[in-house]
Amino acid sequence: MQILYFAWVRQKVGLGQETLELPGDVADVAGLMRHLAGRSPGHAAAFAQAKQIRAAVNQEFCAPNHPLRNGDEVAFFPPVTGG
Amino acid sequence: MARVLVQEACFDLAAEQARLGEGRVDVGGIAAFTGLCRADDGIAALVLEHYPGMTERALEKIAAEAESRWPLTGCTVIHRVGRILPGEPIVLVLAASRHRSAALEACAFLIDWLKTGAPFWKREEFADGGERWVEARASDDAAAARWAG
Repeated sequence: MQILYFAWVRQKVGLGQETLELPGDVADVAGLMRHLAGRSPGHAAAFAQAKQIRAAVNQEFCAPNHPLRNGDEVAFFPPVTGG
Repeated sequence: MARVLVQEACFDLAAEQARLGEGRVDVGGIAAFTGLCRADDGIAALVLEHYPGMTERALEKIAAEAESRWPLTGCTVIHRVGRILPGEPIVLVLAASRHRSAALEACAFLIDWLKTGAPFWKREEFADGGERWVEARASDDAAAARWAG
């Protein structure tokens, strides 16, 4: 699956995007965030502020309990500030 | 069908307004909102980041929602990305209708929803090289929420 990061989440992780297989023990967005936090110190720093991170699955905003499938495009970012 | 654009270049308000009236005589009013970059706290520039693909989809969804709520003859949403200097425009929203109330309400709805419902992020750059991500404001959520239901 494709994982994308934006704004300060991207800066802390140190990557704009990465590809990984959905781990067998990850069922939803919140589970993926816990899994990603273990990938590097940068990931850990970003996901330490989990409550300030929003997510989109296949380009739709979604809640932490949104289920995931391998092949989904999942994005993590802070609350939006456009306009 | 709404006109939705995400671009680095500046936009031309007069040209966009003319486009909404082109070839038709049933438009009674066009409401316009232009958002500008302020120099709050002495910022040197704003840098707008977005989520290519999702941004356009989100804006089209918001525009379609406006078209379903009000009898619009057309609407336009243009949002700039990249580096924007104080005084420069950031976003343009136009709503056209037979009557002013629909145009004015739809215009306010579009900018309120856009601020909370489209994936853009602003980073402030300062003259000394420092930078800061703009934080989401509760007042923007409240402004969007007044259109719920």
